[in-house]
Amino acid sequence: MRRPLDASRLGRWALDGVAALSLGFILLPLALVIWLAFFRQEIPSFPPEGYSLRWFGAVFNHRSFVGGFLLSLQVGVAATAVGLALAVPASLAIARRRFRGRAPVNTLLLMPLVVPGVVLGTSIYVFQIESEIATGWPLLGSTYGLVAAHVLIVIPWAVRLVTASLAGFDPTVEEAAKNLGAGPWTTFRRVTLPAIRPGIVAGAMFGFVMSFGNLEMSLFLVGAGRTTLPIAILQYLEWKIDPTVAAASVMQIALIGAAMLVTDRYVKISQVV
Amino acid sequence: MAQLELRDLSKRYGEHYAVRSVSLDVADGEFLVLLGPSGCGKTTTLRMIAGFVEPSGGSARIGGVDVTYLPPWRRNTGMVFQSYALFPHMTVAENVAFGLEMRKLDKSETAARSAEALRLVRLEGYSERLPRQLSGGQQQRVALARALAIRPDVLLLDEPLSNLDAKLREEVRIEIRELQRQLGLTTVMVTHDQEEALTVADRLVVMADGEIRQIGSQRDLYERPADRFVAGFVGRSTFLDGHVAAPDAFETAGGLRLASLTQGISGPASLALRPERLTLGPTNALDNRLPGRVEFVSYLGAVLELHVRLSPADRVVVQMPNRGDAAVPKVGDAVEVGWPREAGLVFAGQGNPAIERENQNVEA
Repeated sequence: MRRPLDASRLGRWALDGVAALSLGFILLPLALVIWLAFFRQEIPSFPPEGYSLRWFGAVFNHRSFVGGFLLSLQVGVAATAVGLALAVPASLAIARRRFRGRAPVNTLLLMPLVVPGVVLGTSIYVFQIESEIATGWPLLGSTYGLVAAHVLIVIPWAVRLVTASLAGFDPTVEEAAKNLGAGPWTTFRRVTLPAIRPGIVAGAMFGFVMSFGNLEMSLFLVGAGRTTLPIAILQYLEWKIDPTVAAASVMQIALIGAAMLVTDRYVKISQVV
Repeated sequence: MAQLELRDLSKRYGEHYAVRSVSLDVADGEFLVLLGPSGCGKTTTLRMIAGFVEPSGGSARIGGVDVTYLPPWRRNTGMVFQSYALFPHMTVAENVAFGLEMRKLDKSETAARSAEALRLVRLEGYSERLPRQLSGGQQQRVALARALAIRPDVLLLDEPLSNLDAKLREEVRIEIRELQRQLGLTTVMVTHDQEEALTVADRLVVMADGEIRQIGSQRDLYERPADRFVAGFVGRSTFLDGHVAAPDAFETAGGLRLASLTQGISGPASLALRPERLTLGPTNALDNRLPGRVEFVSYLGAVLELHVRLSPADRVVVQMPNRGDAAVPKVGDAVEVGWPREAGLVFAGQGNPAIERENQNVEA
């Protein structure tokens, strides 16, 4: 006998349908890019004339892609490291201490997330020019300048995720460590750090991905002949629209996806995010 | 093990004293309990002994050494926290060994002493478990083992039983007491549960509003409470408001004249009566014999509790043992209540301070 179609089953179907639709909406461009990367012809058109792997080779033959990838990697890693070094102590202060101006400081640290990249890029550009004039130190266009700016992208993600993991951590556990003879640094290293590790890893992960993919802000700050991967892709697109760009993106997606899978093996990012 | 001395220990936050001028001595191997309602300063006092709260004044000595301003990790105190505070990412064995590692003992010594501590709390088979794989009672015992393993000069217990259910609590507190006696541990425990306090303590300290109200044995506190607060907080008392009318005569607000030991108190006062010291029925040879009417009866199993109105303004609680008699007074019955004059304690001031405080303070 068939069960009647009651309201709760209908509701579940509707929910599943909406979820599938939203997921499709998110994944469709991704799927298209991956598909496109394997087209044989130079001008993308549907249906494809055949499939080939030659665009992946082309990525490596294109110098600005390789250089851009290396620069993005370098900036992303450095900015993540510096960002974490600032964000972890800041998160500890925000989560633990009750000081005057705590809420404003918290908002300030999350601010780079809200300010449009172009605005951020322009202001940092002006700032770096001014400081170069004042000190004579060539900041603009240098890797240092770029890293400093990217630290701003990492901080909100790291602060947000580390404070979230601290919120679920009982501070009396730290007191227990101190009671047993551990000084502040040992307590942090042996007790606090392991407890907030998932938050730190997730923060590093997101910070790195955001830095790696950043285009708008970096546009203002890169020097002549030194571009990040997103900028290299944009520049390439000004002249050509062959699937090389798609191939480069596929490699980037694969890299980030792999990094996520690997980190998820060690810490359950899903617990923090 | 060592003795603990607190001298005029105070903690002030702005104008407010959380703890004011607390002085006490805990002898070597003694089990002292700090008892009081929430917000009375008992936990702050314990945290000052552990070094988590820096005193605003006074001093603390452990084994003769001034530790007043030493950080927690330089004092040899072992603390058991209310939330147990086990290290969630470490196994039971690693938890217990942590303090020994900090003391840089060699591997074999560390292993031997952690095993010994786990044996004391009967958790030998659990060393490789993680805290989250243990029950509340087991976690509590790991916390205890961890504090014992470092062989602390003073063992500090911060409401260690309040997260356990009632049955387990009774069991664990006796276990803690036996261990403490067996190891000769100088121990300070904080609790708001007077039954718990009375069961384990050698000596008790009753605190209220940041100050010590009385220090003494169970019997001292119960029989000779220092003030109205202690009389209301330790055990139960009915307070009758009134005034001292003449030497050894107390007159209630309802106009009853009662033979009492007034001990030089004059003016507005209250009379505290323990429910079990009052007797019901035809009483002879008692100093006070008063007719009354039963207003409320509670059948509590071992005892019966009756609220008896003596006058429009005076009501007392009478507790009588349940002897299985058929003749249990009912609401509305006329009865006679009597007590000897020594059963009533006269205090200056009026009202029941313990109840008033409880109403003001929500459990913190």
